[in-house]
Amino acid sequence: MSAAHALQDGAIVAKRNLIKIKRVPEVLVFVLISPIMFVLLFAYVFGDSIEIPGMDYREFLIAGIFAQTVIFGSTFTGAGLAEDMQKGIIDRFRSLPMSRSAVLIGRTASDIVYNLLSIVIMALTGLLVGWRIRSSFLDALGGFLLLLLFAYAFSWIMALMGLIVPSPEVINNASFIVIFPMTFIANTFVPAENLPGPLRTFAEWNPVSAVTQAARELFGNMPPEAAAAVPDVWSLDHPVAYTLIWVVGILVVFVPLSVSRYKKAASK
Amino acid sequence: MTDIIRARGLVKRYGDVTALDGLDLTVPKGTVLGLLGPNGAGKTTAVRILTTLLVPDAGTAEVAGIDVGADPVGVRERIGLSGQYAAVDEHLTGFENLDMIGRLYRLGRDVSRGRARELLERFDLAEAADRPVKTYSGGMRRRLDLAGALVAKPEVLFLDEPTTGLDPRSRTELWEVIRELVQAGTTVLLTTQYLEEADRLADEIVVIDRGRAIAQGTADELKVEVGGERIELVVERDDEVPVAREVLSELAAGDVQVDDHTRTLTAPASGGAKTLIETLRRLDARGVSVLDVGLRRPTLDDVFLSLTGHVAEDGTEPAVAAAAATGGAP
Repeated sequence: MSAAHALQDGAIVAKRNLIKIKRVPEVLVFVLISPIMFVLLFAYVFGDSIEIPGMDYREFLIAGIFAQTVIFGSTFTGAGLAEDMQKGIIDRFRSLPMSRSAVLIGRTASDIVYNLLSIVIMALTGLLVGWRIRSSFLDALGGFLLLLLFAYAFSWIMALMGLIVPSPEVINNASFIVIFPMTFIANTFVPAENLPGPLRTFAEWNPVSAVTQAARELFGNMPPEAAAAVPDVWSLDHPVAYTLIWVVGILVVFVPLSVSRYKKAASK
Repeated sequence: MTDIIRARGLVKRYGDVTALDGLDLTVPKGTVLGLLGPNGAGKTTAVRILTTLLVPDAGTAEVAGIDVGADPVGVRERIGLSGQYAAVDEHLTGFENLDMIGRLYRLGRDVSRGRARELLERFDLAEAADRPVKTYSGGMRRRLDLAGALVAKPEVLFLDEPTTGLDPRSRTELWEVIRELVQAGTTVLLTTQYLEEADRLADEIVVIDRGRAIAQGTADELKVEVGGERIELVVERDDEVPVAREVLSELAAGDVQVDDHTRTLTAPASGGAKTLIETLRRLDARGVSVLDVGLRRPTLDDVFLSLTGHVAEDGTEPAVAAAAATGGAP
């Protein structure tokens, strides 16, 4: 089965997933409410108590919220797959001469749309609470693309989880075990330099910190004084490169794992 | 005649449970094989192996001349599968479902769309074509699922309990559709736990119980195997029952069974209609008023009972069926 076939079949499955969004828009509403809620909660609850040298906390915050939200959004991949696996439609897919990886390629692809929408909603909410892009259009675009790319890679981790869990209900709790430490032990909501010993090391090398740092720089939300306070480690000095290394690494490991798990899970 | 399906010694185990225990199947081209058995007999497991959804622990199978283990994609290109649970997406419309399947068969955009419309028309779903499947009735979903199995005009059609859970009218409609397909030359392997369904649709029936074929033949052959026809009669008054029993036992080929409550008597009749007429003559001579009388051929229910020692609707799990067979055989 060639790669072209896999992509072609994946596109057909992705279209099917997107039709569902159109038919059940309620799901989308709830997906989009949580990023709004996070922006407002952090901006107004912590906004005045967290000091960032040389800049306003809300401006610091938004890139962190972006990173957190797109990662949360990847749980959708796991939930959608876990749900599909329980339905008769999987037997239909499996009895067709289609590519074995198409269901996964289609699911991860259609979830980019979810993430794109939530980024747009968050950006608008961010602008309302005082966040501004202070770089060029191209830099900002790069920032958004990097966030989406990282989320795409992450959704393959969630795809594997979705195939492992026994039922769709489990996936949210299971994914939070991974997602909460990753998004909170990072520079997302507080500067990494404020964290104690081992947590600080974890945060410095956490890819979520890198993608957040990269987005802050690309949005122009890193004034010299704030940049000077960022810990001097390679991952945060080269956040774009470090993020891309993780994206490739995650895909190289989790795409084959998920595909082989799909084959196994579907042949029971 | 060439054999379109050929399976030898299929074995599948789930832990301690043996779902298939050395099943052999042969289906000649253009015929319908009915795989008949209770829940848990291994019917679905057999279909899943033949349709490449499941790899057997032992045994070999060929479908349309292709080995299912060696070239599963080749098999998938030539088969259609309609399962027990309608394998359609409920958020898509009927048309979108069929078009998606057509595209995944790589039919090309125009061919796929044309085929979807054609099938919707044929299965009486044209009006509902652009409504999400969520709004369909159970019968409509099954028809759509069957249409899905036919998108690529398969040589072999696998129908896994196609009418389970349907109301009688939808069932009759679906039988009609399946019969038309067979007339057009499609080879069908059908599983069912409805004895009537196998009787109506299948050329050949394989009775399967606990993963093994326990009998094979046409519906008529299986019925003969169980024994010939029986006279069944109902008398008007309670006090006529002993007289009727006496008359029947003079003519019957075996024991007379009596249900006092319903005043029904049955007995095997080797002479068929002749025996029936003679029975009526004698009953009339002794002044017995008969409410209802007939010659009854054994049903496939009788077949199943006599072959397995337990009735077909026994249980949902193999373990339950086994317990019923050892403990509760009538």
